[in-house]
Amino acid sequence: MNQFLRALTPSQQVGALFLIVFGILVVVSVAAFLLTLREQTPARDDAWQDELANFRRLLATSWVMVVAFWMAWALGETAATVLFALIAFFALREFITLSPTRRGDHRSLVLAFFVVLPVQFWLVGTEHFDLFTVFIPVYVFLAMPVVSALSGDTRHFLERNAKLQWGITVCVYGMSHVPALLLLDFNGYRGKGAFLVFFLVLVVQTCMLVQHVVTRRLKLPPSAPEISQSFNWTSWMLGMAVGSVVGGAFSFITPFKPGQALALAFVACVAGSMGHLVMKALKRDRGVPAWGRRGQSVTGANGLLDRVDALCFAAPIFFHSVRWYFGA
Amino acid sequence: MLAKLMSLFLLGLIRLLTGAQARWVGCPPKAEQRIYFANHQSHADLVMIWAALPQELRSITRPIAARDYWTKTPFRQWITTAVFNAIYVDRARVKGDLPAGAEDHDPLEPLIEALDHGDSVILFPEGTRGNAEEPQAFKAGLFNLAQKFPQVVLVPAWIDNVQRVMPKGEVVPVPILCSVTFGAPIVLGPAEERRAFLDRARQAVIALRSV
Repeated sequence: MNQFLRALTPSQQVGALFLIVFGILVVVSVAAFLLTLREQTPARDDAWQDELANFRRLLATSWVMVVAFWMAWALGETAATVLFALIAFFALREFITLSPTRRGDHRSLVLAFFVVLPVQFWLVGTEHFDLFTVFIPVYVFLAMPVVSALSGDTRHFLERNAKLQWGITVCVYGMSHVPALLLLDFNGYRGKGAFLVFFLVLVVQTCMLVQHVVTRRLKLPPSAPEISQSFNWTSWMLGMAVGSVVGGAFSFITPFKPGQALALAFVACVAGSMGHLVMKALKRDRGVPAWGRRGQSVTGANGLLDRVDALCFAAPIFFHSVRWYFGA
Repeated sequence: MLAKLMSLFLLGLIRLLTGAQARWVGCPPKAEQRIYFANHQSHADLVMIWAALPQELRSITRPIAARDYWTKTPFRQWITTAVFNAIYVDRARVKGDLPAGAEDHDPLEPLIEALDHGDSVILFPEGTRGNAEEPQAFKAGLFNLAQKFPQVVLVPAWIDNVQRVMPKGEVVPVPILCSVTFGAPIVLGPAEERRAFLDRARQAVIALRSV
């Protein structure tokens, strides 16, 4: 089996990966559908129904995401870069909506959305790796406050600019490292960047999911109750452990050896879960439970940032660890 | 054909930039004759509320557009008549400072005509765009229409965030999520005073800000 997979071309291997993921999704969806048909015992009716509805929503999101990934991959690297640029756009839109800006910030916002974001993703798409890693922390870091200062509004100047810089760094800079992984050039690993993205998403999501489930099932008390009701050190460590082991087990789809894969998965899990916690603190500060608009929308603006925030923090750290260690 | 394309393009653009979310809190979207009245902070309000309505209601609902602003260029005039199917209102007359020698007729005339035809209308009773957090005092037009058309349902609406998308004097809009909240209809009492009714209507709009 392994021999057979290794004999395939890179794009056939990625295709096989998608086939497996779609297969799993079909099985899970059919199972969830059959569960809805089952007759209910009144004792566990409501809570159980809620849980199932919640799970089906999660499943629907997974379908949308996997189909989007698949289309992006099938259409080539440019389409993948554009897809992640769009995700960054919608995430930044949610971030800015909940960070009150003043009239004087208008030009800076125009700059952020219509100049910085496209340029950053263009730099990724054209593989200007040296410039893309410094473009936002160095050049945009100065450009933003300059534009704000020229508007002549000094009220809460530092605060307003800090919010804007933060939004750009998390949503644009962080997200742009995901398509950058697709283009990372290893010896003999050309064209298989999709596996790296899959690896990253898989280990980070596994770690978050394990954390969530363990806290709920064992009813552990929150370790930082002011920030998050679901964060607990025990479940966090369990999440880290499971995420890292899953990473080690999946080393065969990466260019890493099992030990290296385990270490990198661990780094990605720490970055992702801690980033998620930080974003929760930001949401608490704004007094909202989620980035989406009151949890209901028909426009796709239903808390995209809630779903991708872990990835936004994990991707740059994962990317730079890999580059540093392997000199890719 | 061109107008159809333009309206599709505009809807796409507005959804991309603002989400154009409609929140029907106090009443369902329903094809009955209605007067929607909302706060007014930007010229984009008209476009926003137009985009937030469902397709079926959009075709029977006509927004009010200020004649001086929306007829300034041929493009603006075309877009308000062909795409939005708007009703022009003279702001100068509404404000009461008539140009010398101008014929004095009721500024609500075109509105009354549209309501007689059975159309729904979108009204901004402040008359002009406000800069403050809270809407200004409402003008009498809403009261007069409510008196004249007692069968028409009066629906308050709060348009949120639009002034951040495109503040006065800027040309490039930025992407920020906006929503339009529709509240429970209000009814003019049998013996209600003009001022009391207008204040009640204004409070109904403001109350929607925090739902």
